[in-house]
Amino acid sequence: MELTTVWFALIAILWIGYFTLEGFDFGVGILLPVLAKDEQEKRVLYNTIGPLWDGNEVWVLTAGGATFAAFPEWYATLFSGFFLPLLLILVALIVRNLAFDYRGKKDSAVWRANWDKAAIVGSFLPALLWGVAFANIVAGVPMKANPGGHGVLFDGNLFTLLNPFGLLGGLVTLSLFTTHGAMFVALKTDGEIRHRARALSVKLGLVTAVLAVIFLVWTVAKDGWNLMPIVLFALAAVALLAAIFMATKGREGWAFIGTFATIALAVAGLFWVLFPAVMPASNDAALSLMAGHNPAQGISAASSQYTLTVMTWVAVIFTPIVLIYQAWTYWVFRKRIATHHIPAVDVPEGLSV
Amino acid sequence: MDVTDIARWQFGITTVYHFLFVPITIGITAIIATMETAWLRTHKEEYLRLTKFFGKLFLINFAIGLVTGIVQEFQFGMNWSDYSRFVGDIFGAPLAVEALLAFFLESTFLGLWIFGWDRLPRKVHAACMWAVHVGTLFSAYMILAANSWMQNPVGLKINPDQGRAELTDFWAVVFNKVQLVTFPHVVLSAYATAGAFVLGVAAYLYVRKATAEADKAVYLKGIRIGAAWLLVAGLGVAISGDIQGKIMTEVQPMKMAAAEGLYETTKSAPFSVLTVGSLDGTNAKNIIEIPGLLSFLATGDFNETVQGINPVEKEYQGKFADNSLTKADSYTPVIPVTYWSFRFMMGLGFFAAAGALLILIMTKKGKQPKAKWFGTMAILLPIAMVLGNSWGWMFTEMGRQPWVVFGYMTTAAGVSPGVSVLEAWIGVIVLTLLYGILAVVEFGLLWKYIKAGAAPFSEPPNPGVDKSDDDAPMAFAY
Ligand code: HDD
Ligand code: HEM
Ligand code: HEM
Repeated sequence: MELTTVWFALIAILWIGYFTLEGFDFGVGILLPVLAKDEQEKRVLYNTIGPLWDGNEVWVLTAGGATFAAFPEWYATLFSGFFLPLLLILVALIVRNLAFDYRGKKDSAVWRANWDKAAIVGSFLPALLWGVAFANIVAGVPMKANPGGHGVLFDGNLFTLLNPFGLLGGLVTLSLFTTHGAMFVALKTDGEIRHRARALSVKLGLVTAVLAVIFLVWTVAKDGWNLMPIVLFALAAVALLAAIFMATKGREGWAFIGTFATIALAVAGLFWVLFPAVMPASNDAALSLMAGHNPAQGISAASSQYTLTVMTWVAVIFTPIVLIYQAWTYWVFRKRIATHHIPAVDVPEGLSV
Repeated sequence: MDVTDIARWQFGITTVYHFLFVPITIGITAIIATMETAWLRTHKEEYLRLTKFFGKLFLINFAIGLVTGIVQEFQFGMNWSDYSRFVGDIFGAPLAVEALLAFFLESTFLGLWIFGWDRLPRKVHAACMWAVHVGTLFSAYMILAANSWMQNPVGLKINPDQGRAELTDFWAVVFNKVQLVTFPHVVLSAYATAGAFVLGVAAYLYVRKATAEADKAVYLKGIRIGAAWLLVAGLGVAISGDIQGKIMTEVQPMKMAAAEGLYETTKSAPFSVLTVGSLDGTNAKNIIEIPGLLSFLATGDFNETVQGINPVEKEYQGKFADNSLTKADSYTPVIPVTYWSFRFMMGLGFFAAAGALLILIMTKKGKQPKAKWFGTMAILLPIAMVLGNSWGWMFTEMGRQPWVVFGYMTTAAGVSPGVSVLEAWIGVIVLTLLYGILAVVEFGLLWKYIKAGAAPFSEPPNPGVDKSDDDAPMAFAY
């Protein structure tokens, strides 16, 4: 296999890691006002993701860095082209992270209510916008040549991205992550909130299933009914239905694995549709950014063979180590949390860091 | 303003802001890990109290460092896309390696440290903070390797078909000679800054009236720990900075000339500590001048010759004017900025190190400092160090202008061609407002937690030794 293909696959894996992991903590944030009936339950929700969200988020930083290293033209065109939506995502991530860290640091109802808003909006917006962005990337956006420079530029604005297919993609990630979050809460909590979360996850799962099926069929149709994406998307749908079924049976572990697999398979399918382009042009195929080095295929977005080789070694050596210790954290904090595990607030003295 | 200017403001604001918090993170993780280890070894209560107290302050600080870091990861693509196209083959690798090697390590083990008091055996818990510290060092190494490459591009060839620089030697980039001196300088200054922070906070609590007599001994300990870090690391900063100056003169002679406002090539060039007159040094009067010192800083020999701005400018005009990536109206940076930032960096650092020495003497052998100005001075030291860092970067980065990649690409050539003036404005305004609000929130919280002081000693859980109680409340919860 060509190294450019390897790196395309690695970047797909990084995004899969990001969406499967941060997906559920986005979900927890979005569900704060829905699932928690009082302050204690809110704190239960925050604490289910307490030690985990930061490590989850690093997946997107790594995806960003890896895209820069392996496909600089992709990094440059995508992030300068989608400037405003990306800015919005960054602002959302900033306020949401601080909500987690700062909310409990002052014993004031107003303070907490404000950070709750930050956590909710900060989780909602990226969950929606990543979907909009990905749907547009897969469908292709208008491009133009870079005047005076190399490569291509996005030829549109914010509203170019807000087309029906893009918006539907956004709704799918939003509902899917929310379902995933509900499954996670059911798995990680105990007491009433656990039952509430499980019941909600079933309802959300059904809504998601409808949206996702429309979106994925539409994607496959745009792609010309190729076999592999159909298989991946079908498996994703099966995984989602199985997750819902398991949730109704009270098998929360399996249900969570189900939504996890749904996200992984769906994202894998989208990247499959995308390949061998990394950013197809909707107006003129010659302006598409391609993963491979072959100039006959279009403009290559990839780094040189040497850089890709070096990066492959780095990835091969270090990725397993990261996976091992990240898995270990999940193991250390595997216990369910219930309201009686939440210590009383007496900031700042009581916050026994 | 055009997109280039706006993007420069955004980059400068975000990065300087990020670097207000980063040095404290790098240094204080080492100090906290040392304190926790000292507690495990000696079982002295004061060490655990200090660990927990500075742990809280560190988390408040870390949160902001982290969120501003997220912007950094993407802003090269947003505002500097032609730069990213040109350098991505080389510059992207350290950023990716940083995320993979450093950010995962920091974030995962910090989560374990914060929430793990009742989950991890004590030694493992302390090891988590050491792991976080190692993560910050990896982080600093990789990002500084990326920056050093911009200062002194090595290990590359230009690929004219793709219009970009391509990597030919990864190790040359990782062990760039500029990097080998930059990394110690920056990390030592981070240790010194965190030492000053610990010192300043402990001193405030020590001198204030509300502090109980029994607690004063704990803070006195904190004062001495902080002062020792500040003094030792501060000396290292000066030594590494001296070496850095020599390497810099070799690879970027213009920057050293601009640091002094030295227009003509001079033998045994003097260093002016203070000047008055025109800001760009064209018509300046030196008030205090040390003969030969600039030559010494630049070459290690008081009698050597230092190149001046005018001959270098002339040389570059001839060498670089015929290529659109390297063409610039002037190759001279803004002299008042380079001149003063260089002096502020050194001056503030010397002030802080001297303060640390004085404080160590005043608190020797359990002596209790009585002087009224003791507290005030101690609180000024962390401020001096943080500002010193900012000025040092201002010097490094603005002294490199007009280059973004020295000798290969000007800053103006690197800006995003597709980003409109409106978008760029929205970016800089939104982020600056956000940072402003966050600064208020963060300093409010820090202040609140500093005032609260170190909590009384309480024996933490001892997982693996004590029996675990599944229904006990968590040791730490959001
Ligand atoms: C408060 C912290 C601090 C202190 C006391 C000093 N520095 Fe520094 N200096 C920095 C903090 C710093 C920094 C912020 O960390 C920089 C910016 C980039 C870098 O590598 O470190 C820096 C850069 C920097 C550079 C620019 C390197 C380049 O552009 O290639 C030189 C030549 C020096 N320093 C030299 C010195 C000398 C001779 C010092 C004292 C004798 C000194 N620094 C004290
Ligand atoms: C954290 C410490 C740093 C600070 C405080 C800092 C500060 C600055 C400032 C003030 C400028 C503006 C110079 C000007 O426009 O006149 C600048 C430029 C720049 N710096 Fe840094 N910098 C830091 C580290 C880095 C690192 C580590 C990198 C690369 C990895 C980097 C990349 C750049 C780039 C690409 C520019 C060009 C854009 C511009 O001119 O604004 N900087 N930096
Ligand atoms: C001299 C310059 C820099 C150094 C030494 C440095 C070091 C660090 C360190 C130690 C952290 C840990 C968190 C904290 O400090 O609170 C951090 C966070 C971060 N930095 Fe920087 N940084 C520098 C500049 C930059 C630049 C230019 C980028 C852009 C690529 C960047 C990207 C990030 C990111 C994405 C994070 C968040 C990581 C997380 O989630 O843990 N940094 N940086």
